[in-house]
Amino acid sequence: MKLFPNVYCLICHEIILNPIGWGSIFSEEKEQFLCKTCEMRFEIIEGETCQICGRMLRYLGENFRKGELCNDCIRWEEDDQWSGYLERNHSLFLYNDFLKEVLATYKFRGDYVLAKIFADYLKDCMRKIKTDLFVPIPLSEERLYERGFNQAEALIIESGFTPSRLLTRVHSEKQSKKSRMERIHILQVFQINPQVEIKGRDILLIDDIYTTGSTLRHAAKLLKDSGAERIQSLTLAR
Amino acid sequence: MRFRLQSNILSPQRDIKNSLPISQIHTIPQPLANPNFLFNPDIQLLLTGKQLILDDLPFTLEEIQKHYENGYVTYRKGIEYIRNRPACSRCGNKEENWFAQFPCSRCGELCLYCRKCLMMGRISACTPLIGWSGPQPVHTLPETILGWKGRLSDGQQTASNYVVEAVNNNNELLVWAVCGAGKTEVLFAAIESALASEKRICIATPRTDVVLELTPRLKAAFPRITVASLYGGSEERHLYAPLTIATTHQLLRFYQAFDTLILDEVDAFPYTVEESLQYAAVQARKPESAMIYLTATPNEKWQKECRTGKRAFTTIPARFHRHPLPVPRFTWCGNWQKHLKKDKLPANVFHWIKERLQTQKQSLVFFPHISLMEKALPILRQLAPDIEAVHAEDPDRKEKVQKMRNKEIPLLLTTTILERGVTFPNIDVAVIGAEDDIFTESALVQISGRAGRSKDYPNGVVTYFHYGKTEAMLRARKQITAMNKEGVRRGLIDT
Repeated sequence: MKLFPNVYCLICHEIILNPIGWGSIFSEEKEQFLCKTCEMRFEIIEGETCQICGRMLRYLGENFRKGELCNDCIRWEEDDQWSGYLERNHSLFLYNDFLKEVLATYKFRGDYVLAKIFADYLKDCMRKIKTDLFVPIPLSEERLYERGFNQAEALIIESGFTPSRLLTRVHSEKQSKKSRMERIHILQVFQINPQVEIKGRDILLIDDIYTTGSTLRHAAKLLKDSGAERIQSLTLAR
Repeated sequence: MRFRLQSNILSPQRDIKNSLPISQIHTIPQPLANPNFLFNPDIQLLLTGKQLILDDLPFTLEEIQKHYENGYVTYRKGIEYIRNRPACSRCGNKEENWFAQFPCSRCGELCLYCRKCLMMGRISACTPLIGWSGPQPVHTLPETILGWKGRLSDGQQTASNYVVEAVNNNNELLVWAVCGAGKTEVLFAAIESALASEKRICIATPRTDVVLELTPRLKAAFPRITVASLYGGSEERHLYAPLTIATTHQLLRFYQAFDTLILDEVDAFPYTVEESLQYAAVQARKPESAMIYLTATPNEKWQKECRTGKRAFTTIPARFHRHPLPVPRFTWCGNWQKHLKKDKLPANVFHWIKERLQTQKQSLVFFPHISLMEKALPILRQLAPDIEAVHAEDPDRKEKVQKMRNKEIPLLLTTTILERGVTFPNIDVAVIGAEDDIFTESALVQISGRAGRSKDYPNGVVTYFHYGKTEAMLRARKQITAMNKEGVRRGLIDT
């Protein structure tokens, strides 16, 4: 047993060097998973964001927004079928090339431990959002077996909360292989678990990424139509 | 996934009761081969000499299980616990920080997985590694195996004889051949002999570039033999072939596959630093097999083993064109980094380069670090605007090397990325800052080996500009002169 085992960055595998000061000797250290270099490569979403989907408005041209909403959300809200189901999405990081690579390793290679990287960020966010249930976007049974774990559920667990498995998913082709139009117009892919009472409950949906928002809206619609009060969502990437 | 152990046979089980993840089963029973079983020849071709996970296989679990029950397929534990410490059976990883756990939906337990070889598909404590124990595929042999009509130099011929002997007797042998000796041709006779006795051969190398370069040469030399060329992203991942050319990474998918394993450039990155690749090479050999190492620059340890008789080796001390290797000259150039800070180069370096530009002699100039090289580039471009610089992450690396070959570039600045594997027929070579740690003995020998490659231009100038001689520089020069001496002594160099 080493007294002070080395701590390695979960992404680049380099030893994490900590400046030793009185603080680190007397206070309990937070567990570290990332080196500074890798941590810096994540871009936190901040400043002015779309009031529905949580995307940063700073990089969006004037033609692509109206006031505090982005055009995509305006389009969703103009559609009677979709209006008002998803109250608010919260996202933590910009989906830059670095995060893209990390998420691919996490999801597709199945590197579960990477969920720990995001746990602290997610925990802070989950505490601030008023909700009764944390609901992960489910995988179909086939996909779950293939991957070995549900990446959304893992985020909830590693952040120290308990997931409520309200939804199940019918097996279909991978989302990432479909276009926006295809995604929006698919039939309902989710089913609701009838054993849990959701009438009047506030729900926070959790997923790894908000791309077009169609997955989250499909889930939100089903939950709200089944009696849930308010639906928000939280994703790592936007 | 979970298995149930019943009447000395494993069977996959979804039910948690009476079943275990494979790594928790003490010994994996292997049923005896049923001679009346009609096996699927596609599974045979895919699995012979392999260790794959179910996700790699285009067959159903039921069919694989049927082959196991009839003694044709083997299951091994993906993760083996040795005295309660985990080890990855595929890549040999035993380091704690390279393992992690997850709540696994396949076995329903907290499951340990290996992060080291994750990129080849996740191996976890409930993953079976699947292999083949049925009959080996039959190799049909053409009448003539070797189509190569060239002639070996005397030096090559001697080495070739040794390699044939080692391959036939399943021995280990190091072929220490100087840069430009023509080591690929030295293998032909041994490969022919191995193929003739229905052996399976693999040439493995750490570098994809080398795989891509060797493949057409071997296909041409053995025109009627199936050759599988394996590297990350290669289409031939599942091709069974008597002759395989692969990166050392790809060896991770093999298990006791080859009767002859030839390891080219054993001293090159990343083989030297990645223990998993060395482990993979050992795993990929059959227990009874020959191992041939090829290199121009064995490390110090190996050199010592050769000198003290602890390692079987043969040398090719001279190039096929019978001229001696260019011996590096040492030239002191003062604190050249300080010069660079003032946007200058030491006078003797500047002169060396200017002279070559004037006489239109193409040259390679090596720098220890990208930043220093990029500082020097604009200074030199004042002499000739078409000078280029190249490094490992350069997206235009291939184009620039090609331009150099086409003589469209008078002078190419480079990091150690071009220390090996590239041949320009008529060039001079300079190393700026040869004292830097990055220029090890073997790097310097390889760099010097870039000059005088062609028989039309066998002489090239090699200059190490330095700010203090290092042990590595002295050893590199010593190695080169020793090879030249041996070449003369053995009558392989015309004097």
